[in-house]
Amino acid sequence: MKGYNFAYLDEQTKRMIRRALLKAVAIPGHQVPFGSREMPLPYGWGTGGIQVTASVLGAGDVLKVIDQGADDTTNAVSIRRFFARTAGVHTTTRTADATVIQTRHRIPEQTLRDDQIIVYQVPQPEPLYRLESSRIETRRMHALADYGLMHVKLYEDIARFGQISISYDYPVMVNRRHLMSPSPIPAFDNPKLHRMPTLQLFGAGREKRIYAIPPWTEVRSLDFDDHPFRPIRAPHPCGLCGATDSYLDEVVIDDRGGRLFVCSDTDHCAERRAAGHVGTEGLKEAAE
Amino acid sequence: MAYVTVKGGEQAIDNAHAWLAEERRGDRTVQELTLAQIEQQLGRSVDRAMGEGSLYDRELAALAVKQAQGDLIEAAFLLRAYRTTLPRFAHSLPIETATMQIRRRISAVFKDLPGGQVLGPTYDYTHRLLDFDMAHSDARTSDEAVSTMPRVPDILGHEGLIEPDGNGEAEPGDLTRQPLSFPATRDVRLQALARGDEGFLLALGYSTQRGYGGTHPFAGEIRMGEVAVEIEPPELGFAIDIGDITVTECQMVNQFKGSKTTPPQFTRGYGLVFGFCERKAMAMALVDRAMRAEELGEEVTAPAQNVEFVLYHSDNIEATGFVEHLKLPHYVDFQSELQNVRRLQREVALTAERAEAVCGQDTPPPLAGGSWGQGAVPPSSPLPPTSSREGRGRFSP
Amino acid sequence: MTDETLLSARKLSLSYGMLPALVDVDVDLWPGEMLAVVGESGSGKTTLLNVLSGRLAPDAGAVWYRDPDGHLHDVHAMPAPALRTLHRSDWGFVHQDPRQNLRMNVTAGGNVGERLMAQGARHYGSIREQAIDWLTQVEIDAGRIDDMPRTFSGGMLQRLQIARTLVTHPRLVFMDEPTGSLDVSVQARLLDLIRSLVTRLNIAVVLVTHDIGVARLLAHRIIVMQRGRVVETGLTDQVLDDPQHPYTQLLVSSVLHA
Repeated sequence: MKGYNFAYLDEQTKRMIRRALLKAVAIPGHQVPFGSREMPLPYGWGTGGIQVTASVLGAGDVLKVIDQGADDTTNAVSIRRFFARTAGVHTTTRTADATVIQTRHRIPEQTLRDDQIIVYQVPQPEPLYRLESSRIETRRMHALADYGLMHVKLYEDIARFGQISISYDYPVMVNRRHLMSPSPIPAFDNPKLHRMPTLQLFGAGREKRIYAIPPWTEVRSLDFDDHPFRPIRAPHPCGLCGATDSYLDEVVIDDRGGRLFVCSDTDHCAERRAAGHVGTEGLKEAAE
Repeated sequence: MAYVTVKGGEQAIDNAHAWLAEERRGDRTVQELTLAQIEQQLGRSVDRAMGEGSLYDRELAALAVKQAQGDLIEAAFLLRAYRTTLPRFAHSLPIETATMQIRRRISAVFKDLPGGQVLGPTYDYTHRLLDFDMAHSDARTSDEAVSTMPRVPDILGHEGLIEPDGNGEAEPGDLTRQPLSFPATRDVRLQALARGDEGFLLALGYSTQRGYGGTHPFAGEIRMGEVAVEIEPPELGFAIDIGDITVTECQMVNQFKGSKTTPPQFTRGYGLVFGFCERKAMAMALVDRAMRAEELGEEVTAPAQNVEFVLYHSDNIEATGFVEHLKLPHYVDFQSELQNVRRLQREVALTAERAEAVCGQDTPPPLAGGSWGQGAVPPSSPLPPTSSREGRGRFSP
Repeated sequence: MTDETLLSARKLSLSYGMLPALVDVDVDLWPGEMLAVVGESGSGKTTLLNVLSGRLAPDAGAVWYRDPDGHLHDVHAMPAPALRTLHRSDWGFVHQDPRQNLRMNVTAGGNVGERLMAQGARHYGSIREQAIDWLTQVEIDAGRIDDMPRTFSGGMLQRLQIARTLVTHPRLVFMDEPTGSLDVSVQARLLDLIRSLVTRLNIAVVLVTHDIGVARLLAHRIIVMQRGRVVETGLTDQVLDDPQHPYTQLLVSSVLHA
């Protein structure tokens, strides 16, 4: 784009961010402070993810951007356009074709490969912030691996509800050392973090933190032996493709309690339908 | 009716932006605003956008105000995003407010002093009556002259009554390059405050006056006018003047009873902002001094004294982004919460049913896996919905 | 039992500006022993407690702790994480105000269980069982396990703090005026409870108190401090029945006549 460097950020800034990324990869799950720049998009709308993507993107990359699992949500569209304009890279909605995937709130259903990078947008990188609001104090807790408090929170959940009630942004222990926020992905996606072949990068622009999970790293969701981690999923098949193992969006179809459940990963759903899978909605349509 | 996934986000965005452009322009029979009009006649808006946008350029600020339809946080955001792409040629020398070409200068601590009290172009003492003549035209003129005059804290400083000021030799931090870290030094704090939201600082400064971290302030001096910006290119070896900027400076003089190591003396709270933004300069000076509580051995109890709290929440570009991000889709998180609440409700209902079935029998059979003990709450049963122990299980402070 | 001390301090000195808080203080503590540090306020006894527990660095002198394997550690030279680990496993700290130590927005069970979880306990049922066991030991009805501490009385809060501290079976507990904030009527019961628990669990205690009566009831040995110096030390009965130093004599007689 005229007047701007490739992928918007100047090369000095990208180098600074890549140095932070290298440090983050070297200390899996550790939040590295970085000189987050003021982007032309609002803080909280993916500025961290955008800066990370801009720093790892090359001219030959193929970029996929999803928000809530979908390529066509407005913010995903806006960010994809930003890179199409400022970097001129190819973009795609197909998970398998992408070399870099920037995401907000989901991990694609399709298993990612070791030649891909996934970049997460992170609103709040500090997993302890609801329990301890001072970042001076939480930084100390990380340094000393002092995580008893997080388990107290889980204990209190079980004492109160009979089970752990965290359903998204479910805290994980990375490489048996650092407590980490996986970003607000549903707990359903947490198992995918574990030993993923893909490099996972996390960017929090407003909070000015970067962290990473290198490929094949151990990532455990916190739990108790007698109350093991349980991912939650709506107990329905996808209405469009019939999938019974994907994460679902709930769509309100009338004001009389009518609901339809469909895959939140739009690419996954489309691929399945292309391969001939049909859900109840599709069957209805065929019958009409 | 078959469900079809929503497509066309891209088209929707384009349509929205076209609509915005039309609304911004408004009725086309009304003359369009020029940047010169905004810069000249909405000067306080331009000043605020420059200060919070962290970029001194009156014309760009006027453009930002126009583009943002007068929304000043949006205007500051536009300036910030532009500023971040600019190359950095040089650092200026510290500006010298002692040589300011004064348009306004008042002191609340001395009745008269060298240079005198200069009211300048102030709203003070105007009666806030809507001036209906102004609805048509405003052609009044004035012929006040400008001059330089000594700073009040310097007058106190000659007698050793006030703490010395920094010598300005250390390299100041820069929040736009390095993330905030703690303990945050005063230069970094002042930078954050100078870029901070006027309303936030006003409220915090006000809170110190109402007892939440009082600083016993006196408005030692408020001055507004033009100062020269100088740089010293290494190849020249001497300073050159690259232009004048308008700034407002406020130095609060605060009581301090002294400590074991320091004799009683006055301390400073400092405020400096681009343009004529007196309200913010004063609030900034109050908050700056409040944040020095720990350094001066005062008890830290109030929000304005909590450096971490103030610095992490003063930036309105960060704040507006994160508050407004709540309108982005959160379907996925909400869906997981929905499933969670449904599951918990099912289990509560199940427990209630079971309890009813047990009560209906003559001799209650021992519950599976449970020796709950008399009066004890069963370890993993949800509370009855009408628990009198309100707030139980709530965790966050 | 053994002639190896659990905790030893030599020549501890610390001053606040011109004010000396500790002057050349030596302390030895043996496993299972209860040591009382007595003196008026300003005598330096709380400063000594903070220095012994590594919470406050002395200007001079050293504190040594012997771990269960017999290795000696210079408390003030330990890396922060190691000291922190010590504080949440082998050591405990009982504050005068239980609110300083307890999490007031966490249930009694969660408060007792925290140290277990910090040490890696990951079985909810067993954590809960131990919490119930400890609540019972400190005479809190097990039915209160899911209640918030703010619904507890002052005496109950102090007993809850003791359960929270002792649940990991520490070898050494520092206590700062543990009965100081309580009514006289509940003090005796709490002292009794502390004595029976630490005796049964063979816990060594450094107890700071201004109350000679508390020291007499609990401590094997006693250190008397005045203006940052140890003026007298010995077996509790000896020191209190036959005080040698005039300051100790004054302290003892003031209690007798009170």
